[in-house]
Amino acid sequence: MIAPEKRGIITPEERLACVLARLILDPAAPPARHIAVGAASPIPAAACWLVRTLGHDVRLSLLHKRTGNPFTEGSRELFDLAGQGRIDLFFLGGGQIDGAGNINLIGTGEWPGRTTRFPGSFGSAFMYTVVPRTILFREEHSRRVLVPRVDHVSAAGSPQALVTGRCVFRFASRFTLASLHPGESATSVRDNTGFGYESPPEVPTTPEPSEQELQLLRGPVRVEMLETYPGFCRRVWGEN
Amino acid sequence: MTQSVLSLDDLAAGVPDGALLALPPDNSLPPSALVRALVRRGVRGLRLLGVPVSGMVTDLLIGAGCVASVQSSAVSLGEAGTAPRFTAALAAGSIEMIDATCPAIHTMLQAAEKGVPFMPLRGVLGSDLLAHRPDWRVIDNPFDHDDPILLLPALSPDVAAFHAVLADAHGNVWVGRRRELATLAHAAKRTLVTVERIVADSLLDDERMAPGTIAATYIEAIAVVEHGAWPIALLDEYEADSAHIAEYARLARSDAGFRAYLDSHVFARSAAAAE
Repeated sequence: MIAPEKRGIITPEERLACVLARLILDPAAPPARHIAVGAASPIPAAACWLVRTLGHDVRLSLLHKRTGNPFTEGSRELFDLAGQGRIDLFFLGGGQIDGAGNINLIGTGEWPGRTTRFPGSFGSAFMYTVVPRTILFREEHSRRVLVPRVDHVSAAGSPQALVTGRCVFRFASRFTLASLHPGESATSVRDNTGFGYESPPEVPTTPEPSEQELQLLRGPVRVEMLETYPGFCRRVWGEN
Repeated sequence: MTQSVLSLDDLAAGVPDGALLALPPDNSLPPSALVRALVRRGVRGLRLLGVPVSGMVTDLLIGAGCVASVQSSAVSLGEAGTAPRFTAALAAGSIEMIDATCPAIHTMLQAAEKGVPFMPLRGVLGSDLLAHRPDWRVIDNPFDHDDPILLLPALSPDVAAFHAVLADAHGNVWVGRRRELATLAHAAKRTLVTVERIVADSLLDDERMAPGTIAATYIEAIAVVEHGAWPIALLDEYEADSAHIAEYARLARSDAGFRAYLDSHVFARSAAAAE
């Protein structure tokens, strides 16, 4: 049992990991039997481990996990698996994300990002179209990131959802506001979103993590995460 | 034919100015010591290829003025953030950036290793990458209807370079599960490798080692450099020197800081002697 006074301090990272875990388990979406998580994605990785430790039988391929990494044909194997349809769900982010679901990892201004250069497209141009389900995830929710039209399209696709530090959007040809994280309002989201989206009259609040989810995140999920994301674990869950 | 075991400087001398030089990223055995030797040599006009993305050694070569162009799917220092010298060089217009996407680079190298002129790849349609890659073509799948598909030309780097754990006396090189380096060595015209150590027994005689081994057929020359990936991690041999990488990321934000980094860690007599 987590003491109520400790349970009260739910970090944004824990909340987002639970939001992503529920989207992974969404019964309305095609089943996620094999999920791949790319580089530098600690919160999606935590969400996947949460799903596993909740007892769901999913195969996880974490690209940057050194021990137990499943790939023995080099870094092309992930893309070969995805091309065959053996990966059901992937996560992508973007320096810019627009209302049509396009992501930009190239940069802003004249090609190839003369104003602000982002790192580059990685595998997004391939994964977004060949993997059946993509969840877009970006903690920063601002007009700088969520733009009417991306300056450059790294990848075009049709995401299951977009999760930010403020809310959850679902997607079906355009975004619909699905839930607001605690402390946010329809107005705060509107003020910080550059693209147009549907907003129902009543928008629910994103449910808080359950006691079981918190216990799993702070216990077995943290242990699984330590090797790949030591800095993240220290920041979110402290030393030990 | 046996492979030459060279000094690090002699190995670096084998990378000509202007070469199309393929380098792996920071999770896949980058030849950090060899790159420092290239900077000391003053190599110029390199055309770098990230396999399939690029990390710290690419940023270092760019900052040191060794690079004319970069073809890669991303350039980044990973957890340490953006690649500062790459970003500065793009803003200054001093390098050409040829953007790609990871599986496209793998596919172009696979076409080269098979000796075929091109290979198809799914996806990518709808990306602005296509408009900036006149060398990539979309055709109709000749075996089906209404199925546009991307064709990628074979790409054969002039030189591939990486740092592996082991070589044997015959010049076979062990890279473990980093099999993209085998594809790279097959595709490249010449492959230069630094290793931690050389073992006496043939890696190909050992059933357990052979699958992670690149045969000497593909390797031109080897140099022994202990800790040759430093400050980057090397499989289960040693971990990344995260404090050093963070220090690089901080210093490389300014021209003066980057110069100070080069002076301390690349050009200093003690730094060169350690390699």
